Amino acid sequence: MSGAPARAGAEELEIASRVVDLVTRLAGSAAQAEVTVTRTESALTRFANSTIHQNVAASSVDVRLRVHLAGRTAAGSGDTITADGLHTLVERVLAAARIISPDPAWPGLAPSAPVTATPEWDPATAHAGPDERAALVRAFVDAADGLETAGYCRTGHRVAAFANSAGHSAQGQAAEAAMDGIARTGGADGTARQHVDRLADLDGAGLGWRAAAKARAATRPVELSPGRYPVVLEPAAVADLLKNLAWYGFNGRRYAERQSFAAPGVAQFDRTVTLVDDPLAASGLPFDLEGTPSRPLTLVDAGTTSAVTHDRRSAAELGVASTGHAWAGSATFGPIPRNLRLRPAGMAATAMAATATVPAGATGGTSLGDAIGDPDTAALVSRMERGLLVSDLWYTRVLDPLSLVVTGLTRNGLWLVEDGRVTRAVRDLRFTESYPRALAPGAVLETGRHAVRLPDHVDGVWWEAPSLRLASWNFTGGASG
Amino acid sequence: MSEFDVAEAAVQAALDAGARYADVRVMHRRYESMTARNGDIESLTQDESVGLGVRALVDSSWGFHAVPELSDLAARDAGHRAARTALASGLVPGPPIDLVAVAPTTASWSSPCEVDPLGVSLAAKGDLLVAATSLMTEHGADLTEGLYQIWDTAKWFVSSEGHRIDQRIRECGGGISATSVGDGETQRRSWPSYRGQYGTTGWELVDSLELTAHAARIAEESRALLTAPLCPTGETDLILGGEQLALQIHESVGHAIELDRILGWEAAFAGTSWLDLAQLGSLRYGSELMNITIDPTIPGALGSFGYDDEGSPAVKRDAVRDGRWVGVLAGRDSAAVAGLDHGGSVRADGWARLPMVRMTNVGLEPGPHTLEEIVAATDEGVLMDVNRSWSIDDKRLNFQFGCEIGWEIRNGRRGRMLRNPTYTGIGPLFWRSMDMLSSETVPWGTPNCGKGQPGQVGHTGHPAAPARFRDVRVGVRA
Repeated sequence: MSGAPARAGAEELEIASRVVDLVTRLAGSAAQAEVTVTRTESALTRFANSTIHQNVAASSVDVRLRVHLAGRTAAGSGDTITADGLHTLVERVLAAARIISPDPAWPGLAPSAPVTATPEWDPATAHAGPDERAALVRAFVDAADGLETAGYCRTGHRVAAFANSAGHSAQGQAAEAAMDGIARTGGADGTARQHVDRLADLDGAGLGWRAAAKARAATRPVELSPGRYPVVLEPAAVADLLKNLAWYGFNGRRYAERQSFAAPGVAQFDRTVTLVDDPLAASGLPFDLEGTPSRPLTLVDAGTTSAVTHDRRSAAELGVASTGHAWAGSATFGPIPRNLRLRPAGMAATAMAATATVPAGATGGTSLGDAIGDPDTAALVSRMERGLLVSDLWYTRVLDPLSLVVTGLTRNGLWLVEDGRVTRAVRDLRFTESYPRALAPGAVLETGRHAVRLPDHVDGVWWEAPSLRLASWNFTGGASG
Repeated sequence: MSEFDVAEAAVQAALDAGARYADVRVMHRRYESMTARNGDIESLTQDESVGLGVRALVDSSWGFHAVPELSDLAARDAGHRAARTALASGLVPGPPIDLVAVAPTTASWSSPCEVDPLGVSLAAKGDLLVAATSLMTEHGADLTEGLYQIWDTAKWFVSSEGHRIDQRIRECGGGISATSVGDGETQRRSWPSYRGQYGTTGWELVDSLELTAHAARIAEESRALLTAPLCPTGETDLILGGEQLALQIHESVGHAIELDRILGWEAAFAGTSWLDLAQLGSLRYGSELMNITIDPTIPGALGSFGYDDEGSPAVKRDAVRDGRWVGVLAGRDSAAVAGLDHGGSVRADGWARLPMVRMTNVGLEPGPHTLEEIVAATDEGVLMDVNRSWSIDDKRLNFQFGCEIGWEIRNGRRGRMLRNPTYTGIGPLFWRSMDMLSSETVPWGTPNCGKGQPGQVGHTGHPAAPARFRDVRVGVRA
């Protein structure tokens, strides 16, 4: 493909408009309808034992319709875009809406509002083939220099359009690529991952080299007693904090249900913490599933909680406006920020870099020195008298959503730091920690100066964070229990 | 064209493009879910999806391509692309791949279904959820939720070896939960488990759950938990209810015996396994009461089918016998790598996903006791039931689970209710400490098992009954 079409999503908008017209024709002008049509091309090349063992690509189209008719609401989706297929979908959803129980909390349709033009997207990424992904895997494997490797390289492209019977419409598209892998040696794993807008910006060799260096540094771990330790969390570990804060804290539905710790206007975090949900910074569509325009939303400003995210339903419940966070799962899980950025040190919220930095090279000549992923993290480690350097967190689950107490394990590298230097690898530990408490006023000792954008498991979702040095982290179990 | 014709066209296109083996799954799935909150219907969704996925093997490399269209042209294109993707995999090739033999079969299979769940009126289904959530609200819970889900899947499987299999699998289930909000924490109670119980059955399963009959009790328990004493911290005897034991089996046995994990194929994401194939047949996994089967033939259990997504027929096998590890969950290629003679546990969560090793029904055979006998035989301990949180390491060894509710056990009697019960341990040590097992088995269904990249959601079954474990660390907290 030589370039982006002038009107991304024009065909999808035509389908969406047709469905809205069909609802009006079959149910009358009083019927309220909203339609999102999304075409997705996704591909993922997966490797393990240093060979490509799974290599998949899928095309899909999703026509998602929600109808409110005579006080009742129903929704449905289909992937058949023939005239018959669309007619069947509309009839099915209307039939359901006629007999379902009333929906007194229906928030109404999104009014017409200007939607930001689609951010720049890369056609070469959108239409990348399996050979290009395989070449990046080859580079990762080769750079690991004989260590066993595993991971993936993926590309994705979404074209979407929205229309509703209130006269609002929107369209856009997005492309993204990501690579996430480990290298393994002597029972130790090291990891490196990266989320980008352009496949050409993925550095397979750099990531493979970094994963291998960290794996070598993680060999011969010692067992350490559980307890409270100061920590430096690398960006991958910080991303887990952001994800859980997003799902359980800044989720407007949970907030309305009094199941969230979030208290807007209250200084709940250390003043170094500024969190912005910024879907348009990378691979985001310019509107949500209800057609509400996407925009950056500051959730925490210098330690003070300033907002939670809403779809139209949770917003109506609290008498506020939607923040544009409706998604396919929001009816079940609530509206969730899915593109959270933690501001690095020395950067204003409005000036956060749109492009993530790639982890830099080694900072030390020794194998243990390679435990540190980048100079930025090295600076934080150098100021930790005694504590733990944590690469990654794994299988984190919430014990109580209100206090956001989470248990999980370290993974892909854990090291003891003494007098500002990494002195030995440590066996993985289990932790049980309240995430808001770990980031509370005075608890964040230092924030890194460079943020890294990390992929989630779902297309279009990413987390961007620098490393953090925290005063305390509660490790509750060792590798042997 | 019939679905079989479309699948044949895709297989042929893959072979024409250089594949030495190819298979295709055509799927048509209807999904319906409804949620209610605080006495009102909150959402009703009805989705329908049709498409096909082609898997092609070229030399030692796999490729997969899926499209949402069943035309001859789309099928052939998908077959061609699957083979082309496999060729690209050859840039980072692996060792030669064999597939264990599965006799070519022409067959048809359907899951049992007394009451078509999509045939039950939306009004009746909605009334049930409204009534149950209203009752919970009336009995003091701050947030009450009800949910049901239905999947009706028709699929057609064709392979280049001559398989032609069609199946229709209907799955449904549901549940209710009540949450009470206190000062700085919340307490939740669910029936029969959070987000419900599921099976490959009709609506008769939901009817059997008697959601409204349990609504008042769980609402009151959620409120009472806010002021209940904390679960004590320390080592004690632990009695697990069947629902929690199903989760324990899922996480610390089911995933650990997945052959793809054991072989390192999931190392970067889901993880590996503490199990070493060299110890298959000799390793002591648990006490002699521990008999775990892999059984996709259980009528109505959520992990049941007639044939897996590689055309292997459903067969019951042992995973752990008398406490000794004897079997794995495998696919045709992973079994060949491991030198085993059977696959049978490979499934995809839809037409757009690659089939991979998944749990079927992995569960405990019944023991000789009852829960009442287990409690009566326990001098001091904690009884915990209904999962609230679960976390386990990437080798499936170190776990920490939390339950919704606990009870103090003293001198053979159930005592005070306990809040925030948690327990932690190491899988094989934990299983070796099981000394009493009930016969009151329920085939618990888990409809949310995540695995794979891109992510897939598996539906698995876990027959389980209450059991006792000795000297377990309980009461872990922040």
